[in-house]
Amino acid sequence: MELDTVLMSRLLTAMTLGFHIIFATLGVGVPLMISIAELIGIKKNDPHYRLLARRWTRGFVITVAVGVVTGTAIGLQLSLVWPNFMQVAGNVISLPLFMEVFAFFFEAIFLGIYLYTWDRFNNQYIHWVFSLPIIIGGGFSAVFITTVNAFMNTPDGFTTENGTFAAVNPIAAMLNPATPTKVFHVLTSAYLTCAAILAAITAFMILKKKTTDYHKKALKLTLTLTFIFAVLTAIAGDSSAKFLAVHQPEKLAAAEWHFETEEGADLLLFGWLNDAHEAVGEIRIPNFLSFLAYGDFNAEVTGLEETPEDKWPPLWVHYMFDLMVTIGFLLPGVALLYFILSKLKKRNEHNKGMLSLIVLSGPLAMLAIEFGWIYAEEGRQPWIIRGYMTVEEAATSSPYIGLMFVLFLALYIVLGTLCVVTLRKLFRDNPAEEELEKHYPSFEKDDES
Amino acid sequence: MSYEMIGIFVLWIFLYGYLIVASIDFGAGFFAFYARITRQDHVINQLISRYLSPVWEVTNVFFVFFFVGIVGFFPETAYYYGTALLVPGSIAIILLAIRGSFYAFENYGSKQSTVYMFLYGATGLLIPASLSVALTLSEGGFIVEENGVVSLQYLELFTSPLSWSIVALSIVSVLFISATFLTFYASRAKDYPALKLVRKFALFWSTPAIIAALTAFIFLSQHNRGHYESMLDLWWMLGLSVGFFMTTAWLLYQGKYYGMAFISVMLQYVFAFFGYGIGHYPYLLDPFITVYDSATHESMGIALVTAFIGGLLLLIPSLILLMKLFLFDADYVKGKK
Repeated sequence: MELDTVLMSRLLTAMTLGFHIIFATLGVGVPLMISIAELIGIKKNDPHYRLLARRWTRGFVITVAVGVVTGTAIGLQLSLVWPNFMQVAGNVISLPLFMEVFAFFFEAIFLGIYLYTWDRFNNQYIHWVFSLPIIIGGGFSAVFITTVNAFMNTPDGFTTENGTFAAVNPIAAMLNPATPTKVFHVLTSAYLTCAAILAAITAFMILKKKTTDYHKKALKLTLTLTFIFAVLTAIAGDSSAKFLAVHQPEKLAAAEWHFETEEGADLLLFGWLNDAHEAVGEIRIPNFLSFLAYGDFNAEVTGLEETPEDKWPPLWVHYMFDLMVTIGFLLPGVALLYFILSKLKKRNEHNKGMLSLIVLSGPLAMLAIEFGWIYAEEGRQPWIIRGYMTVEEAATSSPYIGLMFVLFLALYIVLGTLCVVTLRKLFRDNPAEEELEKHYPSFEKDDES
Repeated sequence: MSYEMIGIFVLWIFLYGYLIVASIDFGAGFFAFYARITRQDHVINQLISRYLSPVWEVTNVFFVFFFVGIVGFFPETAYYYGTALLVPGSIAIILLAIRGSFYAFENYGSKQSTVYMFLYGATGLLIPASLSVALTLSEGGFIVEENGVVSLQYLELFTSPLSWSIVALSIVSVLFISATFLTFYASRAKDYPALKLVRKFALFWSTPAIIAALTAFIFLSQHNRGHYESMLDLWWMLGLSVGFFMTTAWLLYQGKYYGMAFISVMLQYVFAFFGYGIGHYPYLLDPFITVYDSATHESMGIALVTAFIGGLLLLIPSLILLMKLFLFDADYVKGKK
């Protein structure tokens, strides 16, 4: 019975986070895209870009609302579902949680201002400036929350006395070893995902025979951003792997099915494990794990054998890791292909195949975020605070947790469905062409092509 | 003042802030629904949505701030309240989620349906009711700890007159505070038909508000004698609260100085809320946790207070800008922008 409570607690939290992370990622990344579009629009005096910013914002507020309510849910669930964790962790890591509220507050205030003041100022830069606090607030929300997650992986900033935390240094806890690479990875991947999703939406519209200048400009912009942030995400991912090799070797080893400590370790892609813990049917890249971990093909990489078996993360995280990395390489490839096609005179970069690939890359990017987080969380198991407290010790003892799981499942189904329905209705009832005429009537109609 | 005291003081101020802004929001939802079913929605719903549109997320933050802050300053609260409040807390989250997201779906998305108005109105009353459970629990007697397992005594909670009187108090307070604010807002907007209606609401809910407060006080005396007696020691605060209640009612009745009426209702609740809170001292949860034995490490307490001051320096100018642009921009209030 006790194990069931723990399992249900984990499932409830996994579900809430899995749902929230979609909207949290959009909340961090989309404001940057909006701001860039508006800035280009003002600089070039091109209503297309400003309309783009306007329409993205309109969709964005719907997702923000879901992000706010699910964020409130996970914030409270930390205490409701993991009371023992919050009691202990609250002593050491509550500072960034606290600051996150301020960052979000800051963001919410300026989002309200930005949303309701489109045509209120004669100087258009004033309105654009209001987008900056939204980007900063959203970015810092991600930074603060990520430091908490980093702390769970590499707890720091305290000493232990008689089983309780003493001599707490909140700043050191925040700036624990996992923080720099994790923050870098979370931010770049959020920007990448948002750019890819906006590109996917645009490509989808073009596929539906809306090949206007407005859509072409939007596609080019979003794919440029996809490419830039994909490169940055790859760098961030690489530094995360190098961090893991040193500070959390069992997590990297589990992802790579790397059982024995050895020099010149191979990188394994996909495959499966037989009963003797040997990989079968995998793609093997010789010595590449050593290179990934230390930038040296012959470096020694710690294997799982150095961790007691009851403290191993589940070995299926290998697939999560591989899927995340594969998608991470696919996304810049798609963007690059588009730009190559557009440079070749004979080729049409707006052909069906190319557009379908771009459409696909949006959901794939979001999936990579999910895979990445599943890897991050499962790879830390069985710990909730690595080395100090297991998830089993942290969970609630309340017998009603299963019922709560069902209630929240229903809630997320309703929210998810209504969010999609609302967004579709919003844009279908209000096509870009009509809106362009409404807001910028003087703009010459060279739109059809 | 020690950092624990600064912590609880700041948190209590924020909870008071949430009480006021959330009451305005929740009550407005109920009035909007009521106006819809009595076919008076054309009179006031424009006014309500103009006020609420820019501020609903800000309201939510007050709440998040409070619960993140209390776990930060007093981590023990997570252990006791976290376990005990799993069910009522989850219900409150779900209601808040429905309210917040539906609000966005309807207002930024499409036209308003009656189903949505019903949910908006119903959650406006149910959320304060479910959140008020936390205050009831803090009085003690509903949470037991056996062999290190904390559990909530549901039967006792549901059969306790105290708990129902607190629920009733929370609902009527929400309606009274909200109606008084809307009266002030309508008078600022010079929207006389709306003013007439919301003033009627405010006057109507004034009497139940004071009766519910007195009832809850009487049941408190039966449930937690110690708390009741410490509150009696603060008789002057309770007296001031009643005094401001009478001032509010009188100003509303006179039909002048609605701004003063709203300030007066805020003061009424300041004194009642702080009288209640100071009387509760030193317990955060009677008898398990006090302000002192549950406080976080000093270094964390100082870091939190510092972060709080830094945060306020950032937020206050931002909030002033928000208010300048919307709440106190006469043209905006009147619906010209």
